[in-house]
Amino acid sequence: MAEADTPTLTLPLDRWHRAHGGRMVPFAGYHMPVQYEGIIAEHLWTREHAGLFDVSHMGQLMLTGTGVADALETLLPGDIKGLQPGRIRYSLLLNEAGGIIDDLMVTNVSQGADEAFYMVVNGATKHGDIESLSGRLPSSVSLKHLTDRALLALQGPRACEVIDLLFPGVTEELSFMQGTSREWNGVAVGFGRSGYTGEDGFELSILNSHAERLADSLVEDERVKPIGLGARDSLRLEAGLPLYGHDLDEQTTPVMADLGFAISKRRRTEGGFAGAERILAERETGPVSKRVGFTVDGRQPVREGGRVLDSEGNEVGRVTSGGFSPSLQKPIGMGYVAAALSEPGTRLTLEQRGKLFMAEVAPTPFVPHRYHRKKG
Amino acid sequence: MSLYFTKEHEWIRVEGDTATVGISEHAQHALGDIVFAEAPAPGRQLKKGEEAAVVESVKAASDVYSPVSGEVVENNQAIADEPALINTDPEGEGWFFKLRLSNQAEVEGLMDESSYREWSSKL
Repeated sequence: MAEADTPTLTLPLDRWHRAHGGRMVPFAGYHMPVQYEGIIAEHLWTREHAGLFDVSHMGQLMLTGTGVADALETLLPGDIKGLQPGRIRYSLLLNEAGGIIDDLMVTNVSQGADEAFYMVVNGATKHGDIESLSGRLPSSVSLKHLTDRALLALQGPRACEVIDLLFPGVTEELSFMQGTSREWNGVAVGFGRSGYTGEDGFELSILNSHAERLADSLVEDERVKPIGLGARDSLRLEAGLPLYGHDLDEQTTPVMADLGFAISKRRRTEGGFAGAERILAERETGPVSKRVGFTVDGRQPVREGGRVLDSEGNEVGRVTSGGFSPSLQKPIGMGYVAAALSEPGTRLTLEQRGKLFMAEVAPTPFVPHRYHRKKG
Repeated sequence: MSLYFTKEHEWIRVEGDTATVGISEHAQHALGDIVFAEAPAPGRQLKKGEEAAVVESVKAASDVYSPVSGEVVENNQAIADEPALINTDPEGEGWFFKLRLSNQAEVEGLMDESSYREWSSKL
């Protein structure tokens, strides 16, 4: 939706990416590294070691004020009031028809009686999100866009060891979907044990002025390599995670998107969020079409825009993401299909540029998640 | 034997009335990791500029156009089995197909190697 005459902006680590051999492309309004040494090598490195991603294009928001949790619950289907300090929840910003304006992560960063929620939203949608939130939240809630902060993600099975060396105590303190903060070189670093790869990992929020220093400290460790957007996309696809603007949009409801887990239990009975009536009814009756994962026979990927056909050649769905899985060495994808075709194992016919492909609905994630969940 | 290039980054090596076609070093670098390649079947008649083959990187699909007109006489099974060959040796082992030229004069309009290298280095 970016206007054509909007200049492409640079991120705090622009110079750093170029110095590390990043191939820069415009994305979400910014110059961003699509790859360094190569997408497949970077993808596999992240699965085996630790990958450093610059996700500073994403919107970091701080919401404060009395009653902010109550207010957020009118727009998000998650249990925000029950979210304990230091806990992170995946949620959805909904429009009044129950469509998804954005997907996001929200952390309760309240100190004592002062309620505060830190939110990370998608880069391409952040300005619209801010407009939607400001217009729909009561004036008692203050919304601040933290434009002075960069966001780095360290992902992969070795990420924990690397963070432990630089920030002792953090990895012990945090399980998956928990957050904390530390002082580092005179500035606050926010940590969340979360990510977008399916691996264990951390997201680090830091002042722009200190981002380069933090990135240097991380890649100094031989277990860490910088990873571009290309591998970020193939990693999240293998992890079965939807990408806003492709797999999710304002016409999609959480039920269609198979994100029912984001509608917290209490909210299912109480409702009270934008589009609740439609969403809760859809939960009961089942969606007409549904997001599924699929594998494609052969080696050629079927990408976004590919059509799902029934035996008579009628369109019964659309591919919303597709590519080649470096870990599985075969084409995978996700898309929307008529509910009757959504069971794993269902054979699908796909069409792309006049060519037909055979595919099969597959359970997701394609590659198992390896999040760090504390036992007991 | 003469080597020519197109502005679409195909190369063509002409030997008598047959020619071998592939994509340039510049093209493979721009595409990144190649995961799929499909070359035309022997017997297919290609016109100059026609879509002849498909090459897919992790990121995107691209068409390979026939630099000249002719009949496909052979395609390279090795790139179907191991698409990464196009990354490692695009102008050698990673060739796509061979064709028998139907109009030798079409070669005249193509870029020679030094012109292509100079032009593509500025892209």
